[in-house]
Amino acid sequence: MGMPAFPEAAEEALGKTQQRHNLHHATHTIRAKRAGVVGELDDWQALRTAGADAKDEALAHLADYLEQLEENLTANGATVHWARDAEEANRIVTALVKAKETDEVVKVKSMTTQEIELNEALREAGIDAWETDLAELIVQLGGDLPSHILVPAIHRNRSEIREIFLREMGQVGRAAPEDLTDDPARLAEAARLHLREKFLRAKVGISGANFAIADTGSLVVVESEGNGRMCLTLPETLISVVGIEKVLPSWDDLAPMLQLLPRSSTGERMNPYTSTWTGTHDGDGPQEVHVVLLDNGRTHVLGDSIGRQALRCIRCSACLNVCPVYERTGGHAYGSVYPGPIGAVLNPQLRGTASEVDKSLPYASTLCGACYEVCPVKINIPELLVKLRGAVADQERPSAESAAMAAAGWVLSDPRRLGAAQKAANSVGRLLGDRTIRTVPGMGAWTSARDVPTPPTESFRQWWARERGTQ
Amino acid sequence: MSSAKQEILDRIRGATADITTEAKGVPAPTGTASPGATPPEGIGPETTPPGTAPEAAILDRFAEAVADYEARVLRVHESNLPDTIAQVLRDVDCRSVIVPDGIDAEWTGSLGTAPEVVRDTPSLAAADLDRVDAVLTASAVGIAATGTIVLDHRADQGRRALTLVPDTHVCVVRTDQVVADVPDAVSRLRPDPRDARPLTWISGPSATSDIELERVEGVHGPRTLVVLLVSA
Repeated sequence: MGMPAFPEAAEEALGKTQQRHNLHHATHTIRAKRAGVVGELDDWQALRTAGADAKDEALAHLADYLEQLEENLTANGATVHWARDAEEANRIVTALVKAKETDEVVKVKSMTTQEIELNEALREAGIDAWETDLAELIVQLGGDLPSHILVPAIHRNRSEIREIFLREMGQVGRAAPEDLTDDPARLAEAARLHLREKFLRAKVGISGANFAIADTGSLVVVESEGNGRMCLTLPETLISVVGIEKVLPSWDDLAPMLQLLPRSSTGERMNPYTSTWTGTHDGDGPQEVHVVLLDNGRTHVLGDSIGRQALRCIRCSACLNVCPVYERTGGHAYGSVYPGPIGAVLNPQLRGTASEVDKSLPYASTLCGACYEVCPVKINIPELLVKLRGAVADQERPSAESAAMAAAGWVLSDPRRLGAAQKAANSVGRLLGDRTIRTVPGMGAWTSARDVPTPPTESFRQWWARERGTQ
Repeated sequence: MSSAKQEILDRIRGATADITTEAKGVPAPTGTASPGATPPEGIGPETTPPGTAPEAAILDRFAEAVADYEARVLRVHESNLPDTIAQVLRDVDCRSVIVPDGIDAEWTGSLGTAPEVVRDTPSLAAADLDRVDAVLTASAVGIAATGTIVLDHRADQGRRALTLVPDTHVCVVRTDQVVADVPDAVSRLRPDPRDARPLTWISGPSATSDIELERVEGVHGPRTLVVLLVSA
């Protein structure tokens, strides 16, 4: 992907005043709601520990729990597939859809299928994949990318959404009413009518899963709008793409998770709808159920004893909403479906740090620690960022910075050299006057993200010599 | 396909080679507390056995929390239930209501000829369900701390599509089905290995905040939810 590295993308995002205003409003509103409902529970810290422990237990013995999950899923009538990477998962899903002789599917919002770019793969095979979450619909119809885990179209205004609906809905199904206003209730109504047509005729539904429970073989999807229930219930066939880190050892682990997740993500005591299903159920819902268990880099993350805690993530987006960097740059700057602090640690671990964007992500943080405080499963994001910065620095060749630091050491170790260097710098300062220095040739990465102070016209030693030199 | 499975499991075993503990595996069944594994307070399994009416404070909390979600909550004595159901359906201008087969026949005793009572035998197509105005169901569990009702889709609740497609859902919760919090509900709802039921947890009507974070009730599921909390 030709994504720009974070500093360039962030600089562009910072210029978008409206987006910054939207993000500020959104993150602060959700933050306050979250704080309110978290405050209602006097055992929040114990819940965080219970949530982290459940995920750690699953990750520590992942092979055992995955085999147990497969066994229980199969015993309850589901078919389990394993996919080493995105390409293999897409191939499996495409073949399953084609076998049902249909050229369209309805989809529940799923980060995992975005990660593997399933919609694009289906498109290439001549299959239309319709996103049914309102925000995902806005993003899809707008030919856009999601910018937030929970509210993917948060960068769009109501008037922009109205225009997108009027322009695009008619191209792919039931058109928006001509008298559509930008009232959110009217916009939601237009989406309801547009999508209901698709729900009622769809033969295949595709979902992810928030949790996959090893000891019962149950999958869990948490949502608000009911589009999830539509996709999970009405089609004859259901295909769920599930990252292998979504496993929970036991049904009882849902107790902490269903308290932690809604409170951390939307700031509600509970989300409007949670669906659980265990394979197929006679006469109720899809009678053909497939589960694709996906690796796609997760085992690589698991192999790092410190880094593996990132796999605890339950995609609540609390870390985005408290992050001072995310709040100003928005999600697109992170160049991935996983933005914000969790994206800054997850992407370089899942994809490696070869590309410019993945190399830059560990630096997309002030290390203020707010993300760790709010994380419902206690992922120590600042610790991981520092570790990843170390890894990125180690893989770089000696840079202009390290050359400059070596030169500085040589200059500072001798008073005469320092005096000479200061004299030289002062002439630069006199030349520049009051102008802000934004870049220094050869020091790109260091100075492009910081304004360099203008050198003074006189050093302390020169001032001393001039003012007190005669005493 | 099996080679993908083997390769992924091998990768996992390699990646977790540093871990020396044993998997805890399936915990002891509910009720037989395993020694040394005392869960933190409020996280452990329920203490109120099913069938026991909870304290008045828990019922009050449940009613408040459900109402907080813009759902309508009515507390009724079981002798008034049929009349209340008829009144609630009239209030929402309901012309047809679908009723699962397993529902108590008395509940619909006061409906007369309007609204029209529709049955789901044989199962209606989704497009036919879309023409029904309302659905009347029982429930499995109510959760006081969160204002949630849980359906396990037994015969008195119908299959999942019934409570999804019609625009109004009238749901009857018995007081002895209300539990204090989420852990109580989770332990009561553990799927039976011989008869694993799907579950639908409902907290208020369907809602979205995707447009400028302004809450809109009802995108795809029922836009109106009425909960009848029934005492014996």
